[in-house]
Amino acid sequence: MSGAEVTRDGLGGVRPGRDARSWSGGDGARSARAPKDHPGGSYYGKPIIKPPVWAESDIAGYLFAGGLAGASSILAAGGDLSGRPRLARDCKLCATAAIGVSLVALIHDLGRPARFLNMLRVFKPTSPMSVGVWILAAYAPLTIASAAGDVLGIAPRSARAAGLGAGVLGAGVASYTAALIANTAVPAWHGGYRELPFLFVGSAAAAGAGFALAAAPLAENAPAQRMAVLGAAAELAAEQLMERRLGMVAEALHEETAGRRLRAAKALTLAGGVGAATVAQRNRLGAVLSGVALLTGSALTRFGLFAAGMASARDPKFTVEPQRERLDRQEVANPTR
Amino acid sequence: MSTPGDGPLDVLLRGGDPAAAAGHEDHPPRMGFFTDTSLCIGCKACEVACKEWNGVPEDGLNWTGMSHDNTGGLSANTWRHVSFVEQRAPLGLHESGFQREEDSFRWLMSSDVCKHCTDAACLDVCPTGAIFRTEFGTVVVQEDICNGCGYCVPACPYGVLDKREDDGRIFKCTLCYDRLGVGQEPACAKACPTDSIQFGPLDELRERAAGRVGELHEAGVVEARLYGEDPADGVGGDGAFFLLLDEPEVYGLPPDPVVTTRDLPDMWKRVGLAAGALLAGAVVSFAGARR
Repeated sequence: MSGAEVTRDGLGGVRPGRDARSWSGGDGARSARAPKDHPGGSYYGKPIIKPPVWAESDIAGYLFAGGLAGASSILAAGGDLSGRPRLARDCKLCATAAIGVSLVALIHDLGRPARFLNMLRVFKPTSPMSVGVWILAAYAPLTIASAAGDVLGIAPRSARAAGLGAGVLGAGVASYTAALIANTAVPAWHGGYRELPFLFVGSAAAAGAGFALAAAPLAENAPAQRMAVLGAAAELAAEQLMERRLGMVAEALHEETAGRRLRAAKALTLAGGVGAATVAQRNRLGAVLSGVALLTGSALTRFGLFAAGMASARDPKFTVEPQRERLDRQEVANPTR
Repeated sequence: MSTPGDGPLDVLLRGGDPAAAAGHEDHPPRMGFFTDTSLCIGCKACEVACKEWNGVPEDGLNWTGMSHDNTGGLSANTWRHVSFVEQRAPLGLHESGFQREEDSFRWLMSSDVCKHCTDAACLDVCPTGAIFRTEFGTVVVQEDICNGCGYCVPACPYGVLDKREDDGRIFKCTLCYDRLGVGQEPACAKACPTDSIQFGPLDELRERAAGRVGELHEAGVVEARLYGEDPADGVGGDGAFFLLLDEPEVYGLPPDPVVTTRDLPDMWKRVGLAAGALLAGAVVSFAGARR
């Protein structure tokens, strides 16, 4: 050493730029288990896990579009069963468009899109992506068939059966994506795995019902109004519970891009839900505005949670601190370890 | 599922024989690495040998400003990575008679690598079956099957796997599967001049490592500890484990990694409940809705 003072913030000595920076050390009298002084709790502040290599527009976009498609299929099936033909048709078309966009996004995001079909080599329950691909492989054809049958007026009974199948599978499409992102080492996603499925189906219901409010005639929209209120309430409640459970990791949901998106999402979802319970039942403009608020809120929820996951993966403290706490708790419980 | 139970037998089975669990009958012993960082001199021969043998592309000729570390971390194009940590701390050397000075400086060096976990999240989540368990108990990505979905990248609790951007597929250490097949040790272990990287049957390595920690403790290097050797840890034990001289996070390693699929059964249960709730919510919405 040249006599320059080494601190965690860099140099404080006589030869700036010539000395080593200390990232971990400290006074030598510490025990081996003493907490260390290292910025960001890690190696030069670098991430410990690798942030996902997924493109935000593809994957966050899919989380939204997949939820919209699934919930729309459920509404379409309900419309068919309850004799609301225009609601049913609008939702079938929405589901078809949304699942089409989803498939394009999913294939586009692959590093080797031409090898998409390699997904169908195996079925692995340990991989939510594998399970999801097989759900989509059944859901997408049924959705397209039901929409085509409705619009073209062919094979009405088969088309209706396809629509019911799409409605049931739609619940899977809208929910499995929670396991898809939670089944990673990303702190904000994995840490929220208990609440994420409920948050995602709430967000999907809000989006699907939001579309129906905006598109279908007022006379057929009573179920969508009810579903919008239920979905918005479920989404907001699940998010509150998740943030409480995440502890220090919730910071990733509150700051920067993720924080801005999620705050806007909550406001829009709340406004859309209140709108669905009030003005959406009285006039067309109120229904359209409520619907657009719910759709935008759902999209912002997905893009916000995607950004929060990325932020929590990039900053090593979100990986290290919860693991350290866990170890410390174990040590208290079992000091011999 | 990766971890069906936490009983002693389950832990033993998981930690002991992932190759048999993957269906390899009559397989060779589980092979792995013991990287003893107290012997590492930071020569990077492992990085070079790995690149040469495996044809791994250049990973950026940059000056990072991170001590002598100019590769930054494990990536698609860096399968062995030597970390350099500069500390104002008593030296971690163990030569007899070495005097520790209160105000001295030490340099930690460690060659990081894929851990070849007993419960490997990357293998669990791979939707194409491109990632598989070899007869040696190691974890390998098959380049001819990987379609670059990227799921394994955030699934790995150590941040090992990465996408090669100009290629689209995922790459990582294979523990030199080709060399193992013909009875050769991996290139990095072969090239290591101090035997900081030791290759062999995992059972043997664990014994040797326990002895080495004992030696170091006796010599006064109380901070020496093993990392990833415990079959009861969150990944069922690593096939490549380490002797460290500081907390894992100082080297960029997670202090208590857990395979994400351990919670997957609970996740599926909740996904099922949520899907049911969505359908029930729809029924409630339609039933009794005004006309």
